Amino acid sequence: MTQIIFYIFGAMLLLSATMVVVIKNPIHAALFLVLSFFSSAAVWLLLNAEFLAIALVLVYVGAVMVLFLFVVMMLDINLATLREGFARYFPLGIIIALLMVIAMGMVVGSDYFASDTYKQISISATQSNTKLLGLAIYTDYLYQFEIAGAILLVAIIAAISLSMSKSKITKSTHPNEQVLAKKEDRLRVVKMKSEEKKG
Amino acid sequence: MITLPEVLLLATLLFCISVAGIFLNRKNVLILLMCIELMLLSVNINFIAFSHFLGDIHGQVFVFFILTVAAAESAIGLAILVVMFRNRDTINVGELDSMKG
Repeated sequence: MTQIIFYIFGAMLLLSATMVVVIKNPIHAALFLVLSFFSSAAVWLLLNAEFLAIALVLVYVGAVMVLFLFVVMMLDINLATLREGFARYFPLGIIIALLMVIAMGMVVGSDYFASDTYKQISISATQSNTKLLGLAIYTDYLYQFEIAGAILLVAIIAAISLSMSKSKITKSTHPNEQVLAKKEDRLRVVKMKSEEKKG
Repeated sequence: MITLPEVLLLATLLFCISVAGIFLNRKNVLILLMCIELMLLSVNINFIAFSHFLGDIHGQVFVFFILTVAAAESAIGLAILVVMFRNRDTINVGELDSMKG
């Protein structure tokens, strides 16, 4: 039963990944990418990685793919020029993909990985997967975890500072101009005769 | 019961599809970013498969970090893409030749 579900979701994953690659419209490609993330989350659930499966749906489908869709809809791109060379490189891409499938398939399909060393040991069957993961992250991998947080902070700052436009809407001040301002730049003393009273 | 070679074969096929996608869509930066996401996904499937079949949680910790880095990467990549489109009015890789590389 588990195997049938695995095959169904694996087929969905491969089909949607193929559609991401070959489909013409980038919005459809992003939506098929959402489908492939969903089906791989299902595969991860079958492999007892519950926390990461839910995190994949939350982080990728919820945040990253929405970002992709926003960017696709923001850009007014000419699809015809972007598709040129598709037919020309199609045979090359297929040949290279097939060669890689054969080479990697000979490695992963060998008897070594089917041996008893890699028989199913379900660690999460007795303990909660989230608890195990949390124990590993907050003890053995604490420094790496902090570095990951710093990387996310850097990514936020970089993304905002890259995409912030210098439009007129921003009322930012320039401290160096303010400090360098002199009286002569702004103040003009005009000599003139005083007005005479008429009449 | 799922066996390890089946999961590894799934990840292999996914990786090769995304490599082929990079060859096919070499003009469109957006699809290239999506193909990179798919590659990272197949690597993550490998990690989770080995974590499951070896009974070792540390593989899943690595998937956690890869997810973090991949999210940061796609956010910065899309920001660069938006800036590029604003400056050049195109996301065609073939027209990005101002550095004469």
